[in-house]
Amino acid sequence: MSNLLFLSIFVLIPLLMLLGLWIARTTNQVRGVMVVGSSALLLHSIYLTFEFLAEREAGNLAPMLFQDAWVWFPDLHINYAVGVDGISVVMLLLSSIIVFTGTFASWKLKPLTKEYFLWFTLLSMGVFGFFITVDMFAMFMFYEIALIPMYLLIGVWGSGKKEYAAMKLTLMLMGGSAFLMIGIFGIYFGAGGNTMNILDIAGHTGGAQAIPFAQQCIWFPMTFVGFGVLGALFPFHTWSPDGHASAPTAVSMLHAGVLMKLGGYGCFRIAMYLLPDAAQELGWIFLILTGISVVYGAFSACVQTDLKYINAYSSVSHCGLVLFAILMLNTTSCTGAVLQMLSHGLMTALFFALIGMIYGRTHTRDIRELSGLMRIMPFLAVCYVIAGLANLGLPGLSGFVAEMTIFVGSFQNADTFHRVLTIAACTSIVITAVYILRLVGKILYGTCTNEHHLKLTDATWDERLAVICLILAVAGLGLAPLWVSNLITDGVAPIVDHINSASHLLSNSNPF
Amino acid sequence: MEYTLFILLLPFLSFLFLGICGKWLSHKVAGWVGTLSLGAVAVLSYITAFTYFTADRVDGVFPTITAFNTTWLPLGDLHFDMGILLDPISVMMLIVISTVSLMVHIYSFGYMHGERGFQRYYAFLSLFTMSMLGLVVATNIFQMYLFWELVGVSSYLLIGFYYTTPAAIAASKKAFIVTRFADMFFLIGILIYGYYCKSFGFEFNEAGFAEGAFMLPTALVLMFIGGAGKSAMFPLHIWLPDAMEGPTPVSALIHAATMVVAGVYQIARLFPLWIQYAPDSLSIVVWVGAFTAFYAAAVACAQSDIKRVLAFSTISQIAFMMVALGVCLPGHESVIDAHGSLGYMASMFHLFTHAMFKACLFLGAGCIIHAVHSNEMSAMGGLRKYMPITHVTFLISCLAIAGIPFFSGFSSKDEIITACFEYSPVVGWWMTAVAAMTAFYMFRLYYGIFWGTENKELHAHHTPHEAPLSMTLPLIVLCIITVGVGIYTTLGGFLGWGGSFGSFVTANGEDYTIHFNTQIAITSTVIALISIALATYIYKGEKQPVADRLYNAFPRLHRWAYKRFYMDEVYQFITHRIIFAHISKPIAWFDRHVVDGFFDFLAWGTNALGFQIRGLQSGSVQRYAYVFFIGVLLLILTILIF
Repeated sequence: MSNLLFLSIFVLIPLLMLLGLWIARTTNQVRGVMVVGSSALLLHSIYLTFEFLAEREAGNLAPMLFQDAWVWFPDLHINYAVGVDGISVVMLLLSSIIVFTGTFASWKLKPLTKEYFLWFTLLSMGVFGFFITVDMFAMFMFYEIALIPMYLLIGVWGSGKKEYAAMKLTLMLMGGSAFLMIGIFGIYFGAGGNTMNILDIAGHTGGAQAIPFAQQCIWFPMTFVGFGVLGALFPFHTWSPDGHASAPTAVSMLHAGVLMKLGGYGCFRIAMYLLPDAAQELGWIFLILTGISVVYGAFSACVQTDLKYINAYSSVSHCGLVLFAILMLNTTSCTGAVLQMLSHGLMTALFFALIGMIYGRTHTRDIRELSGLMRIMPFLAVCYVIAGLANLGLPGLSGFVAEMTIFVGSFQNADTFHRVLTIAACTSIVITAVYILRLVGKILYGTCTNEHHLKLTDATWDERLAVICLILAVAGLGLAPLWVSNLITDGVAPIVDHINSASHLLSNSNPF
Repeated sequence: MEYTLFILLLPFLSFLFLGICGKWLSHKVAGWVGTLSLGAVAVLSYITAFTYFTADRVDGVFPTITAFNTTWLPLGDLHFDMGILLDPISVMMLIVISTVSLMVHIYSFGYMHGERGFQRYYAFLSLFTMSMLGLVVATNIFQMYLFWELVGVSSYLLIGFYYTTPAAIAASKKAFIVTRFADMFFLIGILIYGYYCKSFGFEFNEAGFAEGAFMLPTALVLMFIGGAGKSAMFPLHIWLPDAMEGPTPVSALIHAATMVVAGVYQIARLFPLWIQYAPDSLSIVVWVGAFTAFYAAAVACAQSDIKRVLAFSTISQIAFMMVALGVCLPGHESVIDAHGSLGYMASMFHLFTHAMFKACLFLGAGCIIHAVHSNEMSAMGGLRKYMPITHVTFLISCLAIAGIPFFSGFSSKDEIITACFEYSPVVGWWMTAVAAMTAFYMFRLYYGIFWGTENKELHAHHTPHEAPLSMTLPLIVLCIITVGVGIYTTLGGFLGWGGSFGSFVTANGEDYTIHFNTQIAITSTVIALISIALATYIYKGEKQPVADRLYNAFPRLHRWAYKRFYMDEVYQFITHRIIFAHISKPIAWFDRHVVDGFFDFLAWGTNALGFQIRGLQSGSVQRYAYVFFIGVLLLILTILIF
């Protein structure tokens, strides 16, 4: 099998699923297509992981493996170029786990089940495509494919102020894309206009030349903000609370779990990797913004009353930590960033799945109206506590591993500016504990005061399957992080080395 | 000694098994699974201790054995290891934890009988035991932190065991958040330590430490803040009294014997660094400890809830251990010699004896609460005739904590006070005074429960009864340890025998023969006896005229002490009034109205602009012609001017 086909399976399976869904007549057929397709994706991503490790074992030290390209628009140097490194491998794993569990989390979704899954599959195709391509244009295209279905998914199947939220989310992300597109063309022409391939641009091969420093300083903020909007960068995060609150369960899962990771991944892979001088020169501005995100999101979450708002602000805080760690620019912190993406993806998906299940039963997400759920739906409540503990960084679950890697990594920067920011970010672990425990204490513990809730039932088999898969993944990462961490470091190290070894003009870039 | 791995694995597996399959198991099976696995852990710990302490010493000191070590998470140049470290203090802690935990497991059969969530309870106990054992055998500071967080969460889960009672929910939340706040400093301390010392390990790496020496005091003090949170030192003590909302055996295990001494253990673990690189900062430990000891003892004198009295007594006793660690004086050239580190030995010794008698007191209190269904002293009184075993064991433990010779507390407390006098007479007398208060409030408690006026009204329809064997057996075992250790060490201390605690655990690993300073021993005994006599005089009788008179003479002082000097209110003010109302709320408002408002404004602006521009395409030909004409005119004008 050629490398091109091997990686493209991630895009082909969703395409086949779309076809299958189009043909499917009954709800059960739709479900069948989704289960088969998402299982195939999951299996393939696991297979890819082993293949990747085997290849590394065999001594293939190229930064990206399974590279291949198919010429698309030769005049514009646009290729469908694929390739994966450690980071994309774990991101693919994450995406396939979330698509798989998301399918089960929306098992009983009505109405328009078929249409819902069509858009859902299209969205996941965009996500998978984004992670396997190394061509800027192809990445951008898949990025857009992932964004657009969001509008319909929220607008049609959402709840609450869904039209407003869908519009806001789409417009803000589109605004980000506009910046991004300019940035991408800037990089393309800055590098000589001969290639769209990321590796070529970074390595000055294939006709690419070094991008002049002055140009980098323009394109870096463009691309960073462009991706940063999706990564909930302060102050461009406000789509997140409204969007998440209105989105249906599986869409929230996929969105917070994977789509927001596109932001962090893009910032790292395009903004920082291709514009290393500017990243070093201007990184401090964004470092301050992300530092604000981390603390600000956590404080905001403390006083929210809607379950999904709490989680959305918590995501602002945790995704802020991702960008924060990337900007700290050393191998450890960047490894931590990817770990945090993985961990945040899993646990937020778990959170949103559980919130959706609770909402599906109680028809409210207002924490003032919920209480004593532990007695009524023990399975969901216990899983909620586990998700909460993962979120506040309990050792043995994934959050701890990611946060510790980030903090230790960030602290390796020996100057006051980075140190102060790291310590400020550390405070988020306390604030996180405050809002998580407040939430758990209010809705799960105590006695149930609403008599309508007394007759509610616990999770059904499909819900249990989704939740248990996610918990296993969260606990697995938390208990044995070694190999995942090594896999990620393998992908992160060359990029960080590249950025740090860039010949940038000023030796001392921080303002202090 | 790879088998020590099972000491951690067994409770972990038992936790997983009970946690996942618990609901399909009967209470009995769940209890037995937990207890048997813990029994196996206890046996393994004793074997480890026996093997370790009977093995040959290397150069006269016990070797530090790394029984197991593996990289858990690589962090660039640093690495996060997991392993098992055996040295005198960790082996001693293994014994303490597994013994007390086993006793609590057995005791809970009776105490938790028929409770809803019995399986969950045993699962959490297993989780806690695993975490605490992992904490003490940590090979590096980061592993310690990991298990430190885990004991915190087990404590959270167990305090909130009765999750339908609002008080328990609030208490568990408070305990977690306060300790988490302290842990943040611990984490920052670890980050500094790791960066400057190039390692998270404890192995005394002279070169690495010397390089980072200038930052070590900061790192150590930050870590001490973490320890102070866990060990409930003032002003981070506020969670511990509330933690008494948990089931009483949990209080005995976690909040008296094991988890709360984690802070003391942490300092002991890092002791070589403190003494070598930050001897001056140790005075912080002394003063925090000394103040806490006094404060907690004062509050304990006025509490009416028996578990609260014991909780404050625990705080005070842990403060004793802290002070003892702080008063160690480095000998010549900053080297720890046996003399200078008397406090270290005393602290560890007190940790050991305190764990036993305080667990016994708490378990005894559990029996009493079980019998009268109340925590308040007013519901008790005159219980000695109903509950003879509890009475005797409680009395013995009270004598031990009061520091009466031939009971274990005497030997350890006396060593601490001796060390304090060597440090400074002020600290010495201060701690002696606190010891006197200890004897006073413990006997106030004792008389209040077992003597005094019987609450006939309450006992009429429910006669108190002695607890079942599963509950009294642990009391007896713990009492035997208390008395046995007491007699052995008291005689040994006066006669100068070797082979007691000082031969096993000392700062530098060399033998230290405990030899009482007769002057101090006699003084402190006399003072303790006077306090007991005073308590007897005030609280023993059916009527308590002196107590009432004291109460009437100093009502305000009593109220302040009863209200714990309003420390909780201060915290309430800081968290609710300042953090919630003045930080979180404004931020949330700012986010919704300013940041989000800006983007809504953009959208609105675009929309409005669209409306305005729409007017241009009105479709009326005259208007188009008019605009066209103006345009042409302007164009001509421009050309003419330039």
